[in-house]
Amino acid sequence: MLGIIAIALAIFPFVSDSRTWTILLTQIFIFSILAMSYDILLGYTGIVSFGHAMFFGMGAYTTAVMLKRIDPTMGTFILSIGVGMLLAALISFFIGLLTLRLKSHFFAMLTLAVSGLFLVLAEKWRTVTQGNDGFTFKAPEFFKDRIMFYIVVLAILVLVYIFLRRFVNSPFGRVLVAVRENEQRTRSLGFNPLHYKVIASVVAGVIASLAGSLYAVSLRFVNTSVLTMDITLDALLMTIIGGVGTLIGPIVGAAIIELTQHYLSGLAKDYPIFERWIIFFGIVYILAVIFFPKGIVGTIREKLWKRSTKKDAPKSVPKKEDL
Amino acid sequence: MDPILKTENLTIRFGGHTAVSSVNFEMPARQLKSIIGPNGAGKTTFFNLLSGELKPSEGEVYFKGQPITSMSAVARTRLGLGRSFQITNVFPNLTVLENVRLAVQSKEKIRYQMIRHFVHYNNLMDEAEKLIELVLLQGRELAIASQLSHGEKRKLEIAMLLALDTEVLLLDEPTAGMSLEEVPAILDVIRKIKATGEKTILLIEHKMDMILDLSDSIMVLFNGKLLADGSPKEIMDNETVQNAYLGGLYDDNTVES
Repeated sequence: MLGIIAIALAIFPFVSDSRTWTILLTQIFIFSILAMSYDILLGYTGIVSFGHAMFFGMGAYTTAVMLKRIDPTMGTFILSIGVGMLLAALISFFIGLLTLRLKSHFFAMLTLAVSGLFLVLAEKWRTVTQGNDGFTFKAPEFFKDRIMFYIVVLAILVLVYIFLRRFVNSPFGRVLVAVRENEQRTRSLGFNPLHYKVIASVVAGVIASLAGSLYAVSLRFVNTSVLTMDITLDALLMTIIGGVGTLIGPIVGAAIIELTQHYLSGLAKDYPIFERWIIFFGIVYILAVIFFPKGIVGTIREKLWKRSTKKDAPKSVPKKEDL
Repeated sequence: MDPILKTENLTIRFGGHTAVSSVNFEMPARQLKSIIGPNGAGKTTFFNLLSGELKPSEGEVYFKGQPITSMSAVARTRLGLGRSFQITNVFPNLTVLENVRLAVQSKEKIRYQMIRHFVHYNNLMDEAEKLIELVLLQGRELAIASQLSHGEKRKLEIAMLLALDTEVLLLDEPTAGMSLEEVPAILDVIRKIKATGEKTILLIEHKMDMILDLSDSIMVLFNGKLLADGSPKEIMDNETVQNAYLGGLYDDNTVES
């Protein structure tokens, strides 16, 4: 079924000539990649990171700077993705090694601090980044056509999805879930949780950097906003609303958030209150956490699972003498 | 025969409180030794020192003559020291099968395989199923661990420990909190393991009747000190033990139940 949706999406730009939709969908795909990478941390390994934007920004800046400084060709683009990923891998490895030993909330605070550091770096290193003003650059010739870019991003999304599904369903991925469930028990089984957490954060960082590279090209512009907390929060919201611990969830979440963002800010023309669409967002978020703590995909999955196991449900009721 | 596990002057202090105080003990291989002692005697702390969850303030732990005092819990498990926990400690949101399968996976040293799908490892699944059967949990493979009854969780705990296939099994009150009907089943499991004659079992237990016929030897801890170590008969006849512990136990028991 996913295949059909992917094919339908691939055909879409050739059927519809709506430029807005092509751009909006491209944006959704990019954020889906980012949200999936975040879910590897949050949903699978149980790490709360508030610094995911730094890897996204790293990819975005690497691609933007290289396309501007070297030349706007396809080769440079691919190379810049590679360089961005490598940078993200190195930095997430070292940060992970230093910080993942800490208890979850200390880790969360430290990631916030480190990503703040990168934000300041981007603000101050004006010769390269031009600070908060940012800079525009030329995208490779091939991407001048929005449809081509759309197809490429969609293809990358599908590849990342397949790769990550393999990753989380591998023996390694199962241990990640075990770390999330009960870190101490994982250790007493003879797995070293730190190794698993560091590798998970490297994988998540690398994929976030890929999303960042694509994001920069989609805008042909980059400024410090790619490193801000907003990006991390977006990824967090998408993952939680869509469903943590699933890979489809973040994609659904990305679609919902990007679409509501688009429509709500569109409504602002008629109703000035929607200028502050972010308020509604907050409300939606609170409702989602209260009523669908497992997110949309998680809730649906649970419903289906319950139905399929209803037949032997009485068995799972604990016997009285056990209580 | 050399002892498989040995401690020398093992001591740990929490602030001013000495939880385990210069314990010298030897564990002969392929035997079953029980540790008894009143609540707060330091039994679980002693286990934590053996398994590496805690580091001693003084003293050494030897495994097959090799000092392991500075090794982490992970390293010790890989070396052959597996433990179960007194407080049920499983992966709550995973299925029974997955809980056991993870333990089997660790034993098989499949730790960083990232690409192949986990269901390709049929042998892991088979072995996990076998262990689930051994601890009498068949038919519950797909239940979520948090929905198991307490007794079932204990069985799952034992299955996970067995899956590690370690030479030494440290069992911390395997029957704690179990209903009386379930206790014989667990005892059978332990008896079965003992009958294979391959494992060294160290057991913390409150239920005296259960360990008397099962144990090769019994050691008594009291206020962190090793009070006595000997055959079940010796322990029963030992007067200090009777005063310090056995009398107290039955009082405790009547209060508890």
